[in-house]
Amino acid sequence: MTSPTNRLAVVGAGPAGLAAALTAAHHNIAVTLIDSAPQPGGQFYRQPAAALGARRPQALHHAWRTWARLRDRLDAHVAAGRIRHLPGRHVWFVELLDRGFILRTLTADDEPEVFAADAVLLATGAYEKVLPFPGWTLPGVVTAGGAQAMLKGGLVLPGRMAVVAGSGPLLLPVATGLAAAGARLAALIEAADPRAYGRHARTLAAHPGKLAEAAGYAGRLLRHRVPVLTRHTVVAAHGTDRVEAVTVAALDADGRARPKTERRIACDTLAVGHGLLPHTDLAGALGCRTDPARVVVDAQQRTDVPGVWAAGEAAGVGGAALALAEGEIAGRSVVAHLTGERPRIRSTAATSRTALRKFAAALDAVHTPPAHWAEQVADDTLVCRCEDVTAGAVRHAVTELGAADLRTVKLLTRAGMGWCQGRVCGPGVAGVAGCPPETVRRPFARPVPLSVLARTPSPTEGRQE
Amino acid sequence: MVGAACALYASRAGLRTVLVERGPVAGGTTGAGEGNLLVSDKEPGPELQLALLSLRLWRELAAEPGGFGAAVEYRAKGGLVVAAHPSDLDALSAFAGKQRSAGVETGLLAASQLADLEPHLAPGLAGGVHYPEDSQVMPALAAAHCVRQARRYGTELRTGTAVTSILRDPGGRVRGVRTDKGDIHAPAVVNAAGVRGGDLAALAGVRLPVRPRRGFVLVTEPLPPRVVRHKVYAADYVADVASDSAALQTSPVVEATDAGPVLIGASRERVGFDRTFSLSVTQVLAERAIALFPVLGRVSAIRAYLGFRPYLPDHLPAIGPDPRAPGLFHACGHEGAGIGLATGTGQLIAQALTGATPDLDLAPFRPDRFPASEEGAR
Amino acid sequence: MIRRNPQDRPPNLPLDRAQDRPLDLVRARPGPSFTVTVDGRPVDALEGQSVAAVLWSAGTVAWRVTRDGRPRGAFCGIGVCFDCLITVNDRPNRRACLVAAASGDVIRTQRGEGHDDLAH
Repeated sequence: MTSPTNRLAVVGAGPAGLAAALTAAHHNIAVTLIDSAPQPGGQFYRQPAAALGARRPQALHHAWRTWARLRDRLDAHVAAGRIRHLPGRHVWFVELLDRGFILRTLTADDEPEVFAADAVLLATGAYEKVLPFPGWTLPGVVTAGGAQAMLKGGLVLPGRMAVVAGSGPLLLPVATGLAAAGARLAALIEAADPRAYGRHARTLAAHPGKLAEAAGYAGRLLRHRVPVLTRHTVVAAHGTDRVEAVTVAALDADGRARPKTERRIACDTLAVGHGLLPHTDLAGALGCRTDPARVVVDAQQRTDVPGVWAAGEAAGVGGAALALAEGEIAGRSVVAHLTGERPRIRSTAATSRTALRKFAAALDAVHTPPAHWAEQVADDTLVCRCEDVTAGAVRHAVTELGAADLRTVKLLTRAGMGWCQGRVCGPGVAGVAGCPPETVRRPFARPVPLSVLARTPSPTEGRQE
Repeated sequence: MVGAACALYASRAGLRTVLVERGPVAGGTTGAGEGNLLVSDKEPGPELQLALLSLRLWRELAAEPGGFGAAVEYRAKGGLVVAAHPSDLDALSAFAGKQRSAGVETGLLAASQLADLEPHLAPGLAGGVHYPEDSQVMPALAAAHCVRQARRYGTELRTGTAVTSILRDPGGRVRGVRTDKGDIHAPAVVNAAGVRGGDLAALAGVRLPVRPRRGFVLVTEPLPPRVVRHKVYAADYVADVASDSAALQTSPVVEATDAGPVLIGASRERVGFDRTFSLSVTQVLAERAIALFPVLGRVSAIRAYLGFRPYLPDHLPAIGPDPRAPGLFHACGHEGAGIGLATGTGQLIAQALTGATPDLDLAPFRPDRFPASEEGAR
Repeated sequence: MIRRNPQDRPPNLPLDRAQDRPLDLVRARPGPSFTVTVDGRPVDALEGQSVAAVLWSAGTVAWRVTRDGRPRGAFCGIGVCFDCLITVNDRPNRRACLVAAASGDVIRTQRGEGHDDLAH
């Protein structure tokens, strides 16, 4: 099982995965870096497809110099044979066998491959949380991160007149990116109250770089003359075949839409998001402890399953800088594990992780969705986009059929049983049902063709007690 | 599901009923089931009689006004058992002949007739037997709607409430249960605790050797209606159900659901309550399903889940009063047939509770039919 | 529908086509465009773009109709939500945001489960 050429498998080539892979390779560990995207960088450093020939990709990026350094180091390790970079492969299952791990992947064309490793580092990143509202399934309504990903990767826009809405630090860069790329920004709608930053002034002031970054975005918004409405929320999107307008309203102190503050804004694009959620499926299937917000790790980024580490957004959403710090710490811990030496965690990385986690928690506390958002979800609004389950059906399961937890709501309504397996609708369904978010077990991290599953080679009978 | 049905029939019989559930409705084996209401996999005997009674009661429930049948996705879709080889077909038709004498509708099918019932079946099968009575419900909805009906008849539902002991008077008579949320006094206690049925019996000082038998189900992406029209399985499924082996057994069972996905079972293994996901089991399920329906090779599995069937050593449930603990009744150990057998079980329990003549002889289901100790069982 | 490549454009021509603006922002020099068909209609595509990006460039944001008859297109843009399912070269339920467009691709919008191959 042990192959000298792939001792550490890193899943995900975003900031955390790259930092971990570079750290391990620097210490002469053979690394297999498996990533679903065609190019490294993850969501944060997503690059235009090489064939598009972008000569100035940094126009859609910030922290470009950090990225350039990461990329150059990756190229050097790949050239030296210390890192095997395998883009375009989705890991759908990681198996823990008696001696080591088996990673099963599929290409975008569903071609299966299998890789062995002695240690696994999960840097699987995050995806966007979107809470439902009437009209959110209309074409032209996209996630804020999705609009950004399509722009950065494919150099395309969904329309010409955009509203960016929701809550969270992602909205600013998305709005400035869309504006720079030629979209007209009809409004930026943020649910949070900027005054809430005052309550976290000390934590935030400890990160002058981040504040400068935010100030830079704000300046660009001004330059593009984007109207910014804080303490506001989108209460509905309108249209038949695609979004044509949104209705926004001011929020009162309790987080309810204030009556008579509603106004309609014409747009052909609504980019919306309410924060990020980690990808924890591979960890869950491996038996690692997870909660709805993270894969649980220790100070060395180790999960509770020996040989498995997690870093970056998968271990708790906190941004690219935190992901880099966690990736480096995880990489050093892996090196120690594989070489038998004592882990040498740089104290600067640990200090920076602590500070960045505090910063992320402060941002999280400021950027909460409106407290009573679920009240605005009409009974006929779909909450589960895959299975066409309405808010009314979810409420019926609670009031008439006695469901009091997310799993029972799912069983009784099919919300979360479709293609996306509840990744998108989970928070929305929980909110409408009035029950807490739950860790969902998803044995397959993505759909697997039965023909692939059927011919999946079984190296040994692992863990068949 | 069995508890829900017991509450439904007991409250309809006029009994004041409290339904106590440690988790949520359909939180146990029910939520991990496929919702089979089958006669096809049962050999003549008490279980088949219970299945025939249960099917009749399911039909009656489904036909009641108020849309119960539609709400629980009741479908009298029929079952189709196929044989790969002529020798299997001989055994299968002999088995069907015995079932027919016991009152089951069966239709023997030649190889050439299979495609009329299931156009996507693999070519080259030897033949099969059609069981028009086999039916299906969506199990979680079935349990929830039975509970809803039961509440209309006065049943009080207490979810998230765990039984911690069984209250007995000095003479040994059961007089209620103690829960983590207080005592409930009642002259009769029905044990419908599924895979935990043995634990509950132990609280009353009696042995009921209910064991978990793990099963995996693969779920495909939603498919158009009528790709798979019946519950289709291979003849070796019946042998696996009746087997005593602890080792892994898989026999392909393929059926569509109202919602679109096709469900692929059925594996059986005795591994305790191990929830470790086993890729190799799902791999064999996929392989065997494609052997039955080659078109499934082009279809994706979007999830898989596992559950634990509550199984008793002789593969019959325990139904009825326990003479070792007067006032205690059992309704558990239905293995993989609990959804199908729930209505009959509920009816028999209600009859036993009210002193009415039961529709079936309860002797084969006696809860005290097992040796008093583990050693005696060997 | 027809889109020139930026380098084909004569110098100093004002930018009037909105879909070229992101390409200009990063001073992209894509390879020559090629053609795919979407429900039989020819559509221009650039190498490196996903099927979803090609459709957005062509002004299309909806290409699937759900089982209950509602239009959908790309939503999450990163392969998580499965809203953007589309049939590419007779293979249904591909995620348009992940699948790279290739010259000559026969792309079909989807209804319902997408498996017309299995419907009777």
